[in-house]
Amino acid sequence: MMSWNLYSRGDKFFAIVVSILIGMFTIATLYPFIYIAAVSFSSGFAAQAGKVVLTPIDSTIEAYKYILVDRDFWISYRNTFIYTIGGTILSLLFIIPGAYALSRPQLMGRRFFNLFIAFTMWFNAGLIPFYLNMRDLNLLDSMFGIILAFAVNAFNIILLRNFFEAIPQSFEEAARMDGANDFQVLWKVFIPLSKPAIATITLFCIVARWNGFFWAMVLLQSQEKIPLQVFLRHTIAKLSDDDEFAMTQLDAAYSAETVTAAIIVCSIIPVLLVYPWIQKYFEKGILLGGVKE
Amino acid sequence: MIWLSDHVRNEWRLYLMLLPTIIWFIVFLYKPMYGLQIAFKDYSIFKGVAKSPWIGWEHFQSLFTNDQFLRAVSNTIKISALNLLFGFPAPIILALMFNEVLHAGYKRAAQTIVYLPHFISSVIIAGIVITAFSPSVGIVNTVLGWLGFDSVYFLTKPEWFRPIFVGTGIWQEAGFGSIVFLAAIAGVNPSLYESAVVDGASRWQMMWKITLPSILPTIIIMLIIRIGNIMEVSFELIILLYQPATYETADVVNTFVYRQGLQSGQYDFAAAAGLFNAVVAFVLVMVANTLSRRYSRTSLW
Repeated sequence: MMSWNLYSRGDKFFAIVVSILIGMFTIATLYPFIYIAAVSFSSGFAAQAGKVVLTPIDSTIEAYKYILVDRDFWISYRNTFIYTIGGTILSLLFIIPGAYALSRPQLMGRRFFNLFIAFTMWFNAGLIPFYLNMRDLNLLDSMFGIILAFAVNAFNIILLRNFFEAIPQSFEEAARMDGANDFQVLWKVFIPLSKPAIATITLFCIVARWNGFFWAMVLLQSQEKIPLQVFLRHTIAKLSDDDEFAMTQLDAAYSAETVTAAIIVCSIIPVLLVYPWIQKYFEKGILLGGVKE
Repeated sequence: MIWLSDHVRNEWRLYLMLLPTIIWFIVFLYKPMYGLQIAFKDYSIFKGVAKSPWIGWEHFQSLFTNDQFLRAVSNTIKISALNLLFGFPAPIILALMFNEVLHAGYKRAAQTIVYLPHFISSVIIAGIVITAFSPSVGIVNTVLGWLGFDSVYFLTKPEWFRPIFVGTGIWQEAGFGSIVFLAAIAGVNPSLYESAVVDGASRWQMMWKITLPSILPTIIIMLIIRIGNIMEVSFELIILLYQPATYETADVVNTFVYRQGLQSGQYDFAAAAGLFNAVVAFVLVMVANTLSRRYSRTSLW
């Protein structure tokens, strides 16, 4: 990279302008989160009057009290953990052995199997046949159904298969000399050598599961099975046309908006906690994902 | 035959490892493709997919005389076009700017923040948008109030839906999208810059004459991918943000399928609309792949 001392006056001006623009975009990205946090800690009346801009007005934690005593909130939080952990483990159990088999030259019909999987990235039957299939399989309103039906996708398999294919043959040959079979080669050679790729896929799965909303909304009816995202959606919809909230009183401690903001904060916090870890692997994963057939 | 049985005896473990994945694909992705035939049938829940009677192209004939469906096709294309026009250049500009930031810590911090919205769920994104644009509480109307404007209930105004939707997309994805272009920039040969410095070129000139042309292949490939995905508007966010008052500009094919099929139970008719979308998308993706193969000699997959 260039050094500042070698820059002409024009270059310095340019670098400073760019840095300011980047700063503005960064602030614009961050601001909605700060605003939501400020609303969540403001009184209902202050929020309703449009007074909240940057910091909480009439600071209060009433909105959090409203949400944190809601039993359904905690059930949905628990469910999201179940879907995320169960779903991610199941995904890895499918993807890792599958990608390994597909990466082996001695697999007969390898080209066919690869096309069989890649084809689903280009053509999808769509919402209705998928839904009817879930109904035929008796997986409507089933927690196991949600975990199983979204366990695998072509992209993750292909990503890991490409990574496996790039591992030099000499590693495998050495293990074979010691009499290792495919299970052992995968377990003792490929998995340890592929930690970054597997970490990336694990994170893809975790993020997709944590944020998963649409199919959980469509497939699950029971209140005690819905994940946090669906609970969040129900609550936002309910609050916006609930009579209790329709007229916010002068002394209202919370309002539909402050409660909504409080739920948003509660569901973002876990994402922020794992974010440094996510960021480390995602950049690598994106670059690793030069997906080939 | 002997060779085959030897092969299976030696390599059965591989097939065993592949088996669960193949079964999963058949049960969850290929079986629905078989179920797509209801687009050509008078589907009845009681008779099931196979036994419902064939009716040929009837659903497609009613689709193409259905104003709501035609509107949804047109909205899909319009929203994608706006996404392409404004959403596509944003991460490229951002990557070029990141490349000019000298202070490593500042750059790192800014990147950490602008990647973040990508990881936030669409429900939360929608919640933030609904709050920020609400007529009474929303910061947008608060600021409009300072400037002396009347407050607007944005999310009920058809003319505001697309700008808000596309803008939200840029806010959420521009940062993360810049990663691919930053990687391309990192791969530019440093000697190009060194000789430009000797020639007395400014950073501005180098950006235009070296950086941008060097990452052009990446830009073109990403553009081709985007064009291939024109039918895939992120309908999850639309479902969360639209309402009957804004269907006029917001309803896309997938939201139409969702309402007709999953909400109103017209499975066969909705499946026909979905099939139309899937076939168009498939053709676009295939064309895109052929183009990129011709352009870069490496296919996208």
